[in-house]
Amino acid sequence: MNLALRDIRHKLGRFLLTCAGLALLLGVALAMVGIYRGVVEEALALSRALRAELWVVEGGTRGPFAEASRIPGDTREAVARLAGVREAGSVTFQTVEARVAGTAAASAAGAFRDETGRERIGASLRLQLVGFELDRPGGPPATVAGRPPGGARREMVLDRSARLPVGAVVEIAGLRFTVVGLTARTVSSGGDPLAWIALRDAQEIQFRLNPPAARRAQAAGGAAPSQDTVNAVIARLDPAADAARLAEELRRWKHLAALTAAEQEEVLTRSVVERARRQLGLFTVVLLLVSGVIVALIVYMLTMDKLREIATLKLIGAPDRTIVALVMQQALLMGAASFALATALVLSGKDAFPRRVALGPEEVAGVGLVVFAICLLASLLGVRAALRIDPAKALGG
Amino acid sequence: MSAPLVELAGIAKGFGQGEARVQALTDIHLSVSGGEVVGLRGPSGSGKSTLLNVIACILEPDAGVMRLAGETVWEGGWRIKDLRALRRTRIGFIFQFHNLLPFLDATDNVALAMTLAGTPLAEARRRARALLDHLDVGRRAHAMPAKLSGGEAQRVAIARALANRPAIILADEPTAALDSERARVVMALLRQVAREQGVAVLVVTHDEKIFDRFDRMVSLRDGRIEADQRTCAPA
Repeated sequence: MNLALRDIRHKLGRFLLTCAGLALLLGVALAMVGIYRGVVEEALALSRALRAELWVVEGGTRGPFAEASRIPGDTREAVARLAGVREAGSVTFQTVEARVAGTAAASAAGAFRDETGRERIGASLRLQLVGFELDRPGGPPATVAGRPPGGARREMVLDRSARLPVGAVVEIAGLRFTVVGLTARTVSSGGDPLAWIALRDAQEIQFRLNPPAARRAQAAGGAAPSQDTVNAVIARLDPAADAARLAEELRRWKHLAALTAAEQEEVLTRSVVERARRQLGLFTVVLLLVSGVIVALIVYMLTMDKLREIATLKLIGAPDRTIVALVMQQALLMGAASFALATALVLSGKDAFPRRVALGPEEVAGVGLVVFAICLLASLLGVRAALRIDPAKALGG
Repeated sequence: MSAPLVELAGIAKGFGQGEARVQALTDIHLSVSGGEVVGLRGPSGSGKSTLLNVIACILEPDAGVMRLAGETVWEGGWRIKDLRALRRTRIGFIFQFHNLLPFLDATDNVALAMTLAGTPLAEARRRARALLDHLDVGRRAHAMPAKLSGGEAQRVAIARALANRPAIILADEPTAALDSERARVVMALLRQVAREQGVAVLVVTHDEKIFDRFDRMVSLRDGRIEADQRTCAPA
């Protein structure tokens, strides 16, 4: 006869209400774990989307994601000639504030709605622009809608998190781009959708958005800064090539630095999103601790609520294991029900979060184990209270 | 009447130390035989509850000898290691407010006591229903305690107390929450099971309307037995 289940069934409404409250708390903790994973995955999304094995960047820097990196456009040819390099491509990265200009037809009609039906004409859009050279490393991964870039100017392949359809027109620094294809899960470490455009367009935008000081210097007769600069050159290697050795060789070149893919990911996770990652991690730990305290209090209250029943059980000779099972099983059942509800809530609502909530079976199982441990530990308070109940309480003495 | 099932000789119990020490029981000699229904009365603070707790093995005496169901339980210390097992198998309890577990129906409240003693659940339920039938509350076998009347709940509690065929039944004010008629019925039931099963029944009571329902009435005052009188209880 399972006393824990029978007690729960007897007070099912109260149990479910308690579970619902706890589920909201565990849901927040679970979402935080998902956001934490999401931040890491988003940080790596750009680097992985480009499938680079070697990053060549400005000397003395750790690449365009960590700090400013600017190298001459012809660096790519020098890198491509290195033994072991299969192909290389120049890339630029730039965060811009774009404006939705509708579609060619809708723009004229003055009305444009995005795929969710919202009026978007004139809406501003924060994008991470990637300038790349057609048929060289640096282009977008496979498109999920529309077509891959064809090499024409003023075309854009955009991540679908921008919520714009194929055919939409986006204005950046006075230049209008037509979205020809959409990619999925390609965002910057800040969560901004990635937008791939031709390298020349990207360089033109960089020039147009040049700081006023540079333009003033140019107007005063100074030399015009070269437009043929890129932020990095990325390379894919022959299968037999040693990325670390090549990077070491490139570091000996003047004005250049090189990172392997692993080093770039290290920079992204340990430097670029480190504070956000630690903040989220700490907040998750705090939430789980709070959950533990709350579970402990609930179990303690549930135990105290059954003071007379437990005293009676002890008096009629129930062994300690029966009392411990009653308290612990209720704590674990409450944890399991709350966690199941929390998981269902977060999984069904994760797309509503502005940042990616990356919850896979591993994360869910991990948090589930933590919740199990929390409930087990938290129930010890109730168990201790139950074992200290004097059976004489049943006799009213 | 058969051999004594409750035997107390020189039992004493005090609380506190030094000047604050209160002697709750002093030199208690008491014997209750199988089939006997003995009342225990006394004013508040006379030591009734302490005595009941000592016999229930939840309070350790300071001195004396206590034998339950023919076994020495306390003599200078507990002589039995597993007191809960002793309570489970040898002692049945009846409480003032029945103390049935609110989340089990009448049958399972009785069956629980049996399963704690190792009876398989199906067998325990079968025997529980038979006991409830015997105590004339079988039609309420599946009712939850909250749905039982005071008299019905106390019958179920008596069934639970009898579940493991105990040698001794300790009852703490079992009729205090019942009207006169129901109180008489409960006492008649206790007398019936004492006779049928040879159980020693010790009842703590303040309830004057049932004073004539005992074979003997023991009066306590200031922790001492003031009187131990045979009454004219109906057969």
